[in-house]
Amino acid sequence: MTFLAAIGRTFLAFLVTTGQFTLFAGAAVTHCVRPPIYLRMIGRQMIDVGYYSLPVVGLTALFTGMVLALQSYTGFARFQAESAVATVVVLSITRELGPVLAGLMVAGRIGAAMAAEIGTMRVTEQIDALTTLSTNPIKYLVVPRLIAGTLTLPVLVVVADIIGVFGGFLVGVYRLGFNAATYLTRTWEYLEPGDVISGLVKAAVFGFVIALMGCYHGYRSRGGAEGVGQATTAAVVSASILILMTNYLLTGLFFS
Amino acid sequence: MTDPVPMISLAGVTKRFGDKVVLDGVDLDVARASSMVVIGGSGTGKSVMLKCILGLLAPDAGSIRIDGAETTRLGRRAREQLIGRFGMLFQGAALFDSLPVWENVAFGLIRARRVPRREARTRALDKLAAVGLGPEVAGLFPAELSGGMQKRVALARAIAVEPEIIFFDEPTTGLDPIMADVINELIIKCVRDLGATALSITHDMASARKIADRIAMIHQGRIIWDGPVGEIDHCGNAYVDQFINGRAEGPISMQVRAF
Repeated sequence: MTFLAAIGRTFLAFLVTTGQFTLFAGAAVTHCVRPPIYLRMIGRQMIDVGYYSLPVVGLTALFTGMVLALQSYTGFARFQAESAVATVVVLSITRELGPVLAGLMVAGRIGAAMAAEIGTMRVTEQIDALTTLSTNPIKYLVVPRLIAGTLTLPVLVVVADIIGVFGGFLVGVYRLGFNAATYLTRTWEYLEPGDVISGLVKAAVFGFVIALMGCYHGYRSRGGAEGVGQATTAAVVSASILILMTNYLLTGLFFS
Repeated sequence: MTDPVPMISLAGVTKRFGDKVVLDGVDLDVARASSMVVIGGSGTGKSVMLKCILGLLAPDAGSIRIDGAETTRLGRRAREQLIGRFGMLFQGAALFDSLPVWENVAFGLIRARRVPRREARTRALDKLAAVGLGPEVAGLFPAELSGGMQKRVALARAIAVEPEIIFFDEPTTGLDPIMADVINELIIKCVRDLGATALSITHDMASARKIADRIAMIHQGRIIWDGPVGEIDHCGNAYVDQFINGRAEGPISMQVRAF
């Protein structure tokens, strides 16, 4: 009987968590469209999410573009298709690797920071203090982060796309001996607007997911420093897994 | 009492977390413009009681009346309006780390009262002066202040919106005796200047004696004694007697688990 009780308890806990998460997400999204909107907070978050993530995302994109060119060249050389390297690089970066890798890097950087900051505010009663000062904590803390995440990640991914393609270009021209003009032509030749746009839509979804996970886990953290640590870990892990899962779903949706 | 309707009135307030009963039918009246201090050991439900009155926690049963009006089943908007009448000094000060001192103090004015930032800053400086802090601290961040200074800023923040009711959660805990007395004096002065109703929870008897008009003692989720501060030394209640004299021996045994 204790065995069944354990299963029941786990299942009930799962339902409780699902319910809490749904309520939280619902409240957060409905507050996004209800005034007042704190523009100052949104601006501050956008600088945090976008500007300060540029070095990390840029470096990730650069080396990903470089390794893509190198790998696809050695692979395609086996059936004399080296000329496809430029196309493979630009399609992989814009459709998949740009948004996914930028999303994962930002999840580690920003999702963790959001969970830690909001979690600390929770355990030091700053969130209760907001309420006593007639300020809705969801509106003041969560909504600006959700909006900033959703709007800023696509911009980051545009930058990542450009830097990633540039990385492929560097390796293609200086290491593999392509002609620079030919490489650029090949890059443009088969690229369609849909490739870039689908990547940017993915980025917006990932940005939303990262911010939502960071805020949710931070908001519900309890039990001092340890609780905040757990919230941070949970935010990064759940955001990363959700990014990979929604990436598959969205790819299926766009290119089916 | 001259005013028949108490400012805060709790009747049979019950709150449990899981199987743990934290508040087991709390009855408490606080008269308008008076200062009530609730004493009790750690883990007896003092903080939970405050959070229930503020609406941060919903009680499972019972009635909480503010100024005669029932508040336990208020909607979101009515609750937001009601909370504008409260001020609260949190135990750990709970200042916003990301904002400078003056914006902490002006927070309620800017967000809730829609006071322009420039004017809010002037009023914040006035409130800081009222708690004995000069304009030079206005631009500092909370992390740069000592514990006592943080408490003062938090007090300035609590009184900035000129609330009718102020809650003090362990106002002197963690302060040295001199700073504790400074905070006590400031509490008395601020409450008197505002004409506000004050409800404090503490286990610091020196502080309780100083700031209270009436004292109530909470034990195992119930108010077991309630009377004017002058009567507490000969109230004839063994629990109260043990608590105010700080004796290990007596009817109260220590709670091990926190909530």
